[in-house]
Amino acid sequence: MTITKEHILRLLEEVCDPEIPVLSILDLGIVRDVVLSNPIEIIITPTYSGCPAMDAIAIDIKLRLAEAGIKNTTISYVLNPAWTTDWMSERGKEKLLAYGIAPPVGLASRVNNLLFEEQTHIVCPLCKSNNTELISEFGSTSCKSLYKCNDCKEPFDHFKCH
Amino acid sequence: MSTMHFSKNINNVLHLADSALILAQRNSEWCAHGPILEQDIAITNITLDLIGQARNFYQYAASLINSTNQKNETEDTLAYLRTEREFLNLLICELPNVDWAHTVVRQFLFSSFQQQLFLALQENTDDAIQAIATKSIKETNYHVKWSAEWVIRLGDGTLESRERTLNAIEALWPYTGEFFTNEPTDMMDVSLLKKAWLDKITNVFLEASLSVPENIFMHSGGKKGVHTEHLGFILSEMQYLQRMYPGAQW
Ligand SMILES: [Zn+2]
Repeated sequence: MTITKEHILRLLEEVCDPEIPVLSILDLGIVRDVVLSNPIEIIITPTYSGCPAMDAIAIDIKLRLAEAGIKNTTISYVLNPAWTTDWMSERGKEKLLAYGIAPPVGLASRVNNLLFEEQTHIVCPLCKSNNTELISEFGSTSCKSLYKCNDCKEPFDHFKCH
Repeated sequence: MSTMHFSKNINNVLHLADSALILAQRNSEWCAHGPILEQDIAITNITLDLIGQARNFYQYAASLINSTNQKNETEDTLAYLRTEREFLNLLICELPNVDWAHTVVRQFLFSSFQQQLFLALQENTDDAIQAIATKSIKETNYHVKWSAEWVIRLGDGTLESRERTLNAIEALWPYTGEFFTNEPTDMMDVSLLKKAWLDKITNVFLEASLSVPENIFMHSGGKKGVHTEHLGFILSEMQYLQRMYPGAQW
């Protein structure tokens, strides 16, 4: 069997973020490159410096590839360029919304950190209203903030533009 | 582990890692004790970012040490097996928690400093430092925003919240001089960061109707490994497991 980059990428499509299992690591945009060297090198980048999912993701990648018979692999990490939500695929954003998490809106480079300014027009994943407000800048994980919907009254996670 | 003598930048990389780790350890004491659930989650998420930054700096420091001293250091040995005098964190990071005002004022003073530092280090000639700074600053910007909002909320809040904020500033300000004192091992002149830092602090304090203390005595020593009595207690808790069960893993 000749291993191609496409073959590996297809397998990586089946490796999911342990915190948000509807997103594959390709949807999330954390796979930076696959190098067909010996061992095969999978280069990933963390979403946040302290993301506890990274170690689990590295193990899952090795396991998935090993199941497919590709056992000689190594995972390496790069920090630069820093991961941004701009790398999340459109399909990933749709999957997030369907899962109940409002996807990032807009470009990361446009994020301003003006005090008391909150991102508006975050769509409620439940009733699709955009009459929503920020509860907390930090949600269940670093990458998410917590919003509530003023129409259906449900709280929900929002994947921050970062 | 014997007393370490490292070449130029290694001590500075350790200093950056130690400050992030020790403040993270302090902040983690809030876990499950925050004033409200959302803010408990906020401070622990900030803490997680700091641990991540510390890990990146420790991993790099370990690679530098191993390549120059033929040792076998890892992020874990550096965090868990160095002694008090070998830690090079800023003193402000090790001071005990007092109340929520103290925690948010410290976070604001420290994160605003980190923000200027990472901005400058993004231009550093060392690729690894540049990468860590570029990664960290996006998180730090959030920490500054969050803590500045809290300083304003409390400083310009009730009589009691204002009183507590004033006490926190009085207690913490004497530890901010150390941000801008250089050690021979520093990879940049940190005194250059002072103006931008002070501008930021002054603006937020103004908004919170708080004033910036002037010309008071400044403590230092952390960057040289000379600490307050509080660091030993942090390390004995943080390092307990590795000291008790050397090499334990899970
Ligand atoms: Zn709704």
